[in-house]
Amino acid sequence: MGKQMTDTANSLDNRPTQAEIDLTTVDGTPLKAALANAQKRARRRALFLVLPLLLFVLITFLAPIGQMLLRSVHNPSFSDHIPNLSVWFDENPAGTEPGEAAYEALVLDLRSMRADKTMGIAGTRINYDLPGSRSLFTSTARKAGALEPPFQEAVIATNEKWANPKLWQVMRGASSAYTVDFYLAALDRTRDVNGDIVAVDDDRKIYAANFLKTLFLAGLITFCCLILAFPVAHLLATLPLRQSNLLMIFVLLPFWTSLLVRTTSWIVLLQSQGVVNDTLVATGIVADESRIQMIYNQTGTIVAMIHILLPFMILPLYSVMRPINPSYVRAARSLGATSWTAFRRIYLPQTIPGMGAGGLLVFILGVGYYITPALVGGASGQLISNFIAFHMQKSLNWSLAAALATLLLLMVLLLYWLYDRLVGIDNLKLG
Amino acid sequence: MLGPSGSGKTTCLMMLAGFETATRGEIRLDGAEINNIPPHKRGIGMVFQNYALFPHMTVGENLAFPLEVRGMGKAERDAKVIRALDMVQMGEFGSRRPAQLSGGQQQRVALARALVFDPSLVLMDEPLGALDKQLREHMQYEIKHLHESLGITVVYVTHDQSEALTMSDRVAVFNDGEIQQLAPPAELYECPDNSFVAQFIGENNKLSGTVSERSGDEVSVKLENGGQCKALAVNCGGVGDETLISIRPERVAIGESVSDNSTEALVKELIYLGDHIRCRLDVHGNDQFIVKVSNSAGHKHLVVGEKTQINWAAQDARALNPL
Repeated sequence: MGKQMTDTANSLDNRPTQAEIDLTTVDGTPLKAALANAQKRARRRALFLVLPLLLFVLITFLAPIGQMLLRSVHNPSFSDHIPNLSVWFDENPAGTEPGEAAYEALVLDLRSMRADKTMGIAGTRINYDLPGSRSLFTSTARKAGALEPPFQEAVIATNEKWANPKLWQVMRGASSAYTVDFYLAALDRTRDVNGDIVAVDDDRKIYAANFLKTLFLAGLITFCCLILAFPVAHLLATLPLRQSNLLMIFVLLPFWTSLLVRTTSWIVLLQSQGVVNDTLVATGIVADESRIQMIYNQTGTIVAMIHILLPFMILPLYSVMRPINPSYVRAARSLGATSWTAFRRIYLPQTIPGMGAGGLLVFILGVGYYITPALVGGASGQLISNFIAFHMQKSLNWSLAAALATLLLLMVLLLYWLYDRLVGIDNLKLG
Repeated sequence: MLGPSGSGKTTCLMMLAGFETATRGEIRLDGAEINNIPPHKRGIGMVFQNYALFPHMTVGENLAFPLEVRGMGKAERDAKVIRALDMVQMGEFGSRRPAQLSGGQQQRVALARALVFDPSLVLMDEPLGALDKQLREHMQYEIKHLHESLGITVVYVTHDQSEALTMSDRVAVFNDGEIQQLAPPAELYECPDNSFVAQFIGENNKLSGTVSERSGDEVSVKLENGGQCKALAVNCGGVGDETLISIRPERVAIGESVSDNSTEALVKELIYLGDHIRCRLDVHGNDQFIVKVSNSAGHKHLVVGEKTQINWAAQDARALNPL
């Protein structure tokens, strides 16, 4: 019907009648042109009204994020300061034994770094891949002015680390501003002396396992939230509005409390001298010397995060369950279904949009959660966002932080795509 | 089951279906008590007011659902679904979703779903309430015909008396949670047992008074304004008790006659309705007294403000309980 109407309207537009052509406004412009002008003005005004927000988002959000993402593949802090070495790396393929020419280029570059006071910056870049390299660069750069040819022996004499083929491989990698090495590092991969991609030593593998752990924990938290939220949402949806509104306040109460306060109260409850342990000891379930460690580990992260993310599951579920007419289940029962079959076949499928929305919301929030694991996670309860924060604030390896963050973003997008394929994003109901 | 809103007819239906528990008494189906049988084992088909077609299933899946939960094989299921859909002329719509159907089509599907598993009883809770007038009348006949051809018992809840009279073999009139009268439609209209039924079904003229004399079936009633009226004793007390006389408008004749009751009436209002003229008269102090004068050849032409004689038979005036 709607399509038909627009079709008619279009065909009218396409075949202007004589009267339509002759129609003009008071000042003589054709009516059609005047109308188009007026619409253009309206559009311009609309654009003008949203412009402040658009600029705000662009300047404070999109541009920094874009720049951050760029950092994950672009880091010129070493490559900008080695004009001579770059030439040598270009002329000699990977795996070439660095000879006198290479060391001469190195000395020249170190001298210019010394003049520009940039050896710290360049050294830090190499330090990401080979710890201890920063001091190597600063100390050798200080002595570079006094070095005499043959440079190979002279440089190695100042510090024999310069003979390490691994160092030369790392410098070759860093000699190009654009690199995927940070992504390799984020996936516990590195390049060997010949430039081939290999896994890092087992004791240095952190990120891949942590990505998996983050996904697993977020999934576990989502599942627990769903199991806990479903009956609550169902109760809220079936109670009379007065009572359900009262209960809803209890659901929303945590939202009005500071996140820090809530997390701290979990510490009070769960610590080894805390309320829960004291109760267990007092009732004799647990011996005083074997108090259960429930905080500053993975358990603490899971418990606190379930508590914090639970409302995000209850609310979409509730908004989907509320309009489900109880007569559906009654109809199913009258048609011969047991109450379990009626629930499974009739009620549950109708709550899928709410489960999908709540699940997606909780999972995405959980995957990127930072503050709670940082406060109660201890060593074993750290998520990938804590590593990102570490590289942003402590190690200052922003490129690696950006690579980790990009991988996280990709995982979430992948999940979103998967959800769209399996359930359909138009099936999502957030409130 | 017919009654005003809140009279308990839906509650009663829900007790039959098993969704409400009866606090007292027993419910019997084919002689067997079903009070303690859960809804899914009662084998009662039900059509809901909002149809309650499962929105996430196609029409075919909706119909197959009751057969599936009974563990019927796929081939047999499909055959039954097709037969049920053909029965309500919805054969081509098996693969559609309920949301893609019009109200009347959804109604038919709901009906087919309630019938597809050969229930011993079908309950309908105001199933035509959401349809427009024309479609409603059409569906009334359709359900009636389906009911006649299948020979299945249907308990039908409505608050629309014309729907109840059209479709039913027997009507239970509900008020205040009690069945006021259970009778075929004609009897309900012609011989109401009490004032509520007389008021609720069709149009009715009331005259209130006290019983002054009683002889067998006939009573003399002294009306409030002092007049006298002879009536059929149906549901009135003895001499001295208050009573309400109910007279159907079409049973009152204009003019002098030898009838049991004859009185003078003041014409207050005339409404011309084509086949008949509706006259509002002041009779024995009741100025809402309605008389229908058939527009037949040579009928008496009344004028507003005129005084005329009217009469009715004592058999047509039923002395009932006071409200």
